[in-house]
Amino acid sequence: MNSKYLRGVLVLCLTLAVALLPGASPLQAQGKGTIKIATQSPLSGGQAALGEGIKLGAQLAIDKFKGNLEKAGFKVELVPFDDQAKPDVGVANSKNIIADKDILAVIGHLNSGVAIPSSEVYKEVNLTMISPANTNPTVTDRGYPNVNRVCGRDDVQGVVGSEFAAGTVKAKSVYIVHDKTTYGQGVAEFFRDDAKKKGLTVAGFEGTEEKSNFDPILTPIKAKNPSLIYFGGIYDQGAPFFKQASEKGIKAKFMGPDGMDSSDLTKIAGKAVVGMYYTSAAGPASALAGAKGFVDDFKKKFGKNPEPYAAEAYDATAIALKAIEAAAKGGKVPSREDVSTAVRKVKHKGITGEIEFDSKGDRQKALYFVLQVASDNPEKWGDNKIVKQLTIAAPSAKK
Amino acid sequence: MDYELLIAIFPQVLLDGLLLGFMYALIALGYTMVYGVLEFINFAHSEIFIFGAFVGVEILLSLQSAGWLERLPWVVVLVLVLLAGMAASGLLAVTVERVAYRPLRAAPRLIPLISAIGVSFFLQDIIRLFESIWRNAFNLVYPTMDVMNHRFELTETLDVSVRSLVVIVAALLMLWALHALVNRTKIGTAIRAVAEDQAAASLMGINVNRIISLTFLIGGAMGGAAGVLFGIQYSLINPYTGFVPGLKAFTAAVLGGIGNIPGAMLGGLVLGLLEAFAASYMSLLTGGAFGAEYKDIFAFSVLILILIFRPKGLLGEVVRGRA
Repeated sequence: MNSKYLRGVLVLCLTLAVALLPGASPLQAQGKGTIKIATQSPLSGGQAALGEGIKLGAQLAIDKFKGNLEKAGFKVELVPFDDQAKPDVGVANSKNIIADKDILAVIGHLNSGVAIPSSEVYKEVNLTMISPANTNPTVTDRGYPNVNRVCGRDDVQGVVGSEFAAGTVKAKSVYIVHDKTTYGQGVAEFFRDDAKKKGLTVAGFEGTEEKSNFDPILTPIKAKNPSLIYFGGIYDQGAPFFKQASEKGIKAKFMGPDGMDSSDLTKIAGKAVVGMYYTSAAGPASALAGAKGFVDDFKKKFGKNPEPYAAEAYDATAIALKAIEAAAKGGKVPSREDVSTAVRKVKHKGITGEIEFDSKGDRQKALYFVLQVASDNPEKWGDNKIVKQLTIAAPSAKK
Repeated sequence: MDYELLIAIFPQVLLDGLLLGFMYALIALGYTMVYGVLEFINFAHSEIFIFGAFVGVEILLSLQSAGWLERLPWVVVLVLVLLAGMAASGLLAVTVERVAYRPLRAAPRLIPLISAIGVSFFLQDIIRLFESIWRNAFNLVYPTMDVMNHRFELTETLDVSVRSLVVIVAALLMLWALHALVNRTKIGTAIRAVAEDQAAASLMGINVNRIISLTFLIGGAMGGAAGVLFGIQYSLINPYTGFVPGLKAFTAAVLGGIGNIPGAMLGGLVLGLLEAFAASYMSLLTGGAFGAEYKDIFAFSVLILILIFRPKGLLGEVVRGRA
């Protein structure tokens, strides 16, 4: 009886599944077809603030630039995916993404460690990925034709940081801590190597996955009394680290890479991080000449300030739409491969400046910034001062 | 190698380790007491622990937004938050026992274990859901009370913050109170009787169900207090924060001899110290070859060694066969 009952349930489930299957209904087959753009970023968990910004930035760009494609008879949609900042979730999502034939471009991810394995999946079908935030060099150094980014690179960002530490802060010794992820450890290593070259003493280099108790790491740091502490990682770990460092009475200057660039840093660490420096491969929207209108639109539509990378996601999505337009000239939904090729040809004057990709998918001329936290009020994150701004071309392919 | 540095930081590392150890000890009590009476591992205890931390942060945040945080004396705030965390976690533990474990008491030993894992996931996500609707936040931060951050510089390399003293004093008080309760009161005698033999205890007129509920209440309250202290000490909590300390505290309970109350305290302290020393000294001693990230490997290797030579834990509770 049991097995009969089970079979009944199974049949019922299957029927339901087929009935509910999206796209199976003939009603949707109007117009020339649907074009979907997917975002992949952490929408839940400790880094959701940044991930949500990427999704909303893409949403805003679609609303603004979908006109031409809609006139041509296509329906344009955003499909957000939550990669939870975890590589396994990102890869599982990307398998779903490549299975949905309507998705012609992916905007994402936030974390390089998630983007690298996920883009291996996109590559199988030559689905273009335009990353707003992945700064690890490996992302584009693999030379995949479908992988691009509108932000800068960690091998440059790390050097920008150490140059600032040596030149402007005039640090004598640095202590480096990282979060053991592809991104955090990567940028920390670039920082370390260049700091050594510049004659700074590297007092320590530590990796940790700890999220709450940094006491045992901070005790040796305090004893060694470095003039600067660099944390290679993301704000949800960096903020409590710096907070506890300051509470322990450590007097060193604090510094971090663009992973620190979120208002949650001051929300968590408060006064401890005022005056802290962070480098960024994505300037604050307020510093970008073309972004004034974007910030206003964003605030009007979503009722909050854009987080860092929202502007990059906006540009990335605009490029994707432009490429799709170019590839859809025949009036048909273009193939993924055509879109990938078209992305590399797009010249876009975006809100983060002129964007053009080189043969690896790096931005020809990327912007780098050093910023300083101005206030312990998270609302005022946008007021952080730019203390240095550079435009640096991506290093050419090595090996 | 820099021997002076190694010696200079020793007292500070010892203090860090003790702090962590006391926290593990408080959490470990919940595991060990439940094991003592039911011979079952309450894997939801790590969420009961972090639930206390969340109740604490909610109270502090509402006091802050009402402007009372500065006006009330900090000791009053502290006692209030600790008691609230204890009450909330204790009641949660009792509810979990009533809903998820008691109906399964006659089932094979593995069944309630699975139920406990389920409860653990359930609580994690309920807390996450609630906080995301209520505050639209994942990470919550304990508001800083300036008094608590005040540090006493004892030597050049050793200082103690008021916060750390609070944690140590509160933990010691609670451990002492629990010890007295279990060993010197009628209720304590009843708990020990139920732990020894449920059937005989009920023949002596002890209401076994009530004593089991009480055990969960006390264990949960200790966990809740640990949660509040954890939040005060390390400031950042999220719904999944409880998992790792919970796992470590469970280990501490096993290390001390699961089912044995002084054992849990000792196990917590030993594990906390091992972890702190490993994290602070590993990279100094190995010249950076093994960094702080190997602290758990070191701590757990020592643990395996101890258990190889003392399989019943440091204080070796005799694991009785069920009568």
